[in-house]
Amino acid sequence: MRARGSRYLTQAIAKVLIWIAALSTIGVMVIILFQVLREGLPVLSHHFFLDSPKDMGRAGGILPMIIGTFALTAVAILFAAPLGIGTAIFLREYTAESRISHMIRFGTDCLSGVPSIIFGLFGFVFFVIYLNLGWSILSGGLTLAAMILPTIISTAEEAIKSIPKSYREVSYSLGGTKWQTVTRAILPSALPGIFTGIILSVGRSIGETAAVILTAGSTLLMPTSLFSPVRTLSVHFYILAREGISMEMAYGTGAALILLVLFINTIAHVLINRYIRHRV
Amino acid sequence: MVIKEKGIEKILLLVALSSIAVLGLITLFIFEEGLPLIWKFGLRAFILGERWVPSQGSFGIFPMILSSFWVTLGALSFGIPLGLACTVFLSELIPSSAAVLLRPAIHLLAAIPSVIYGFWGLVVIVPLVRNYLGGPGLSILSGSLILGFMILPTIISISEDSLRALPPYYKQGALALGATHWQTIWRVLIPAARSGIVASIILGMGRAIGETMAMIMILGNAVKMPTSFLDSARTLTTNIGIEMAYASGDHRQALFATGAVLFVIIMILNSLAIFLSRRRTG
Repeated sequence: MRARGSRYLTQAIAKVLIWIAALSTIGVMVIILFQVLREGLPVLSHHFFLDSPKDMGRAGGILPMIIGTFALTAVAILFAAPLGIGTAIFLREYTAESRISHMIRFGTDCLSGVPSIIFGLFGFVFFVIYLNLGWSILSGGLTLAAMILPTIISTAEEAIKSIPKSYREVSYSLGGTKWQTVTRAILPSALPGIFTGIILSVGRSIGETAAVILTAGSTLLMPTSLFSPVRTLSVHFYILAREGISMEMAYGTGAALILLVLFINTIAHVLINRYIRHRV
Repeated sequence: MVIKEKGIEKILLLVALSSIAVLGLITLFIFEEGLPLIWKFGLRAFILGERWVPSQGSFGIFPMILSSFWVTLGALSFGIPLGLACTVFLSELIPSSAAVLLRPAIHLLAAIPSVIYGFWGLVVIVPLVRNYLGGPGLSILSGSLILGFMILPTIISISEDSLRALPPYYKQGALALGATHWQTIWRVLIPAARSGIVASIILGMGRAIGETMAMIMILGNAVKMPTSFLDSARTLTTNIGIEMAYASGDHRQALFATGAVLFVIIMILNSLAIFLSRRRTG
């Protein structure tokens, strides 16, 4: 009886500890978001979103950073999406498990673990200096493209994998070629899943700082072309906070960043859910 | 038609090689920039040297290697128990309908930009450590706390996948033999999902070693041998992040060499994690 009692006691203690750990994790996350939003939301106004920064960012707004962030992200997606989706199609539809597919998977897995500062160093010597693109939207966007490629490949692969075999069989039995099967039968159904991966990558691009500061620069000026240097929202937030330029503006920028990331994640989440329901 | 199909296959193969190409280019350029300095000063002097004074041409990164090690160890000592607790919580303790609601919160945790974590650590954790434990507050302890939190999504999502991938009869069998729910979790489920959990920890470790901006904000960045958890410190990544903006010549090469050392560490960890998770599925 005694032994029996003690193992139930162990169970009770373990479960209580786990509840405490899990609830405090959620609690800390809520506190982080709440604190930045509480200090930052009052700063947000249409002037803040539509003005250029003045006095190194002590006053004014964040319009050039918003434009810079979106331009950089757009370039990244424009390059990474076709490459990533193409890779996923090749891995799923054009090759069986083979030496080459193992190599590609290994390369993708390794790439996804490379720290962003390494991408920053690489982007700096390769795009900024070697290809002579300078600190620019293009350099930063291409560096980000390399960084998000693994995410896009793996989500697109999952999406294509989940398409029932019957779709392919029907297409082939109607005389469709492989490429017709891919473009007319598989991709349209896999699109929501692929899109989810792209949205997650957008979130990652927006939040990235280390790789971007080394490749896109940190100018406060409004970008005028793909070859202009830019400062993204994350970089702006980092500089304001670290150099103690203006805590008020840092909180405002931080709140804008969090709202953006929350918005993007909510879209991704809604898509994933709709997609899962659709499949099942 | 056949020619077109063949052409498409060739193009797709080329596209599929892009990630390997990127990895190859990264390796090539990081080493090409970093290795000359290592040859010039000697690998031993570079890795085991204790002085980093770029203006005098001394480049030793041993204090940074140690700091990276301690910060990562600290992050893991918070991150592993908390991560495993959350994993068990999500997959075993609450009904799956509640887990479905909580899982997006874990994704959100991963999506919050690292500079936000760094900032929060700077305004909340750093003053707490300074006031209650002493020292400058900008310290290995503060960095470890924030980093431990930042690696949670990696640990939770991968180890939860491996727990959920277990066949249901493991749990059914253990319960049928009269084990309590906790004994089933602790003695059957976790050991069975071991390689996935270890892989998640290794990937979390990789994330911890690689984190830069948040650590620049919290660690205090002093170059010295770490002697206590309340000391400020500079890691391999923050060394690059801080000095890259103005470095040139040997100094810049030394930063790339720091990157090369970091890259080698990360690739070893990655390969280990990939090996472990392959074994799980294989």
